[in-house]
Amino acid sequence: MSWPLSFLRGFMAAFLAIPALSACNPNALTEEEKEIVGSLSLASLPALPADPSNRVADDPLAAALGASLFFDTGLSGDGLVSCATCHMIEKQFQDSKPRAVGVSETNRRTMPLAGVGWSPWMFWDGRRDSLWAQALVPMEDAREHGGNRTGYAHFIAEHYRSRYERIFGPLPSLAHLPRNAGPLGTVEERATWSAMRSADRTAIDRVFANIGKAIAAFERSIVPPETRFDRFAAAVASGSEPQGDAVFSDLEMEGLKLFIGKANCINCHNGPRFTDDHFHNTGVSAVPGLPEDLGRAAAVRQALDDPFNCLGPYSDAEPKQCAELRFAVREGEELLRAYKTPSLRGAASRAPYMHAGQFATLEEVIDHYSNAPDAPAGISEIEGVIFTERGRKALIAFLKTLDVPESTTDP
Amino acid sequence: MKWPSRRVVLLAAALLAIIAIGMAAMHLVARPPDDLDLARSKSSANGIYAVSIEPEAEPVEQGKLHSWLVSVTMADGSPATDAIVSIDGGMPEHGHGLPTAPQVTGPLPDGRYRIEGVRFNMGGWWELRFSILSPAGDDEVVFNIVL
Repeated sequence: MSWPLSFLRGFMAAFLAIPALSACNPNALTEEEKEIVGSLSLASLPALPADPSNRVADDPLAAALGASLFFDTGLSGDGLVSCATCHMIEKQFQDSKPRAVGVSETNRRTMPLAGVGWSPWMFWDGRRDSLWAQALVPMEDAREHGGNRTGYAHFIAEHYRSRYERIFGPLPSLAHLPRNAGPLGTVEERATWSAMRSADRTAIDRVFANIGKAIAAFERSIVPPETRFDRFAAAVASGSEPQGDAVFSDLEMEGLKLFIGKANCINCHNGPRFTDDHFHNTGVSAVPGLPEDLGRAAAVRQALDDPFNCLGPYSDAEPKQCAELRFAVREGEELLRAYKTPSLRGAASRAPYMHAGQFATLEEVIDHYSNAPDAPAGISEIEGVIFTERGRKALIAFLKTLDVPESTTDP
Repeated sequence: MKWPSRRVVLLAAALLAIIAIGMAAMHLVARPPDDLDLARSKSSANGIYAVSIEPEAEPVEQGKLHSWLVSVTMADGSPATDAIVSIDGGMPEHGHGLPTAPQVTGPLPDGRYRIEGVRFNMGGWWELRFSILSPAGDDEVVFNIVL
């Protein structure tokens, strides 16, 4: 080896080892870092926000009905698909597939549900503004549940009448209404829907909205479970030595410091759910073969136009309570291919990653943030971060401290 | 041992300079300037108005949708009751705007205005820019907020 090269290599190794050495001592967190650790802890999670658009959001009877509906494959066109087909209870309410498969494959990765009641916007692109409005979308998507509105109302009348009526009051008369009709179904179902009287369509829409509201009441009960990180954070907050599995290894400490420090992960993955609930273009590639995906740029209009949104006729909220919708950014380049920051709680065992399952492993995710490629459309917000091999391992080790044991994902 | 050649010294110096610049840049990205003006009462850029801002509830919490109260007076101290106030902002170091589109939701008495729908979704240095339009003139004022 020539002298200049070995000199440079030695110099680089010494330089890059500095952060590693300074992170060896678990007590090496600065006061500022301790404060950030506290802000990420589950102990900082605020109370579940109210959903004024859903008057049964916190009604236990509605949550119980919602749980039954969530797991019932009868709530689908072919009788084979339920919410739990993709939101699998034993897998953090997701399916570990790149893209969800109901009746057929969709264009997006199934999102996990822990802590979903705290999210102001639903779906990767935020195209719905409440959990109940979200729950309705897959039910009418031909690739997901593949059912239709009058079909669902008949199903409720036949299988859940008394439980439904205890919560929402009497079901409308359905005897004269077609078995299969809806505004988003097949050509025939759409024609049948159009031919129905307006009052009947409204009555069906109300039952449909109530199905969503019951499912939402159940989903609000799915909260993020405590992790090793939270036990570590509790010790940091109380000024005591972490004990047992709350002790972080040197590698995990380095990963934590990178995460909240120079890797800038904390910019977007902040707060106790490790998400800023906002939409970002991070330059993730488009999946070949899928239709053009504009992300938030297309979704915000869908949310504003949704008849089941907070300002719509089926919402229980006063217009002034619909702040997210009223103050949503509606246009601008920042929305193009922007997707919601996902929570990192449980992410380590939740491959593949990104909105269409573009990355198979956490290593690939970290390489992406390191390389910071140009976005396929719009402008990526991320700036490349150079990781050492150890730094890369350290970040992954830290993310694993946020992992969720399978048995604790039950609501 | 032989002294390193001139080429190597130059190379090492260049490397050190790059690292120093890189660290300085990282420092800039991570923190706002030390002398950042955090005053909540200011004159507008052309001195037409005196503007004060305060959040409706303290402390301002990261991630939470919240409101600010803006008080606008003329240079002579009289309240600017008929102004059109609009708001914009963002994070100068990240190059992005506000995550929401806050609006004035109705003037209050005495030249005060309520701005609803503000959210700071990240920690760090934020700017809130107010444009004020009244018969007295069109002017702007920028406030810095650090979370």
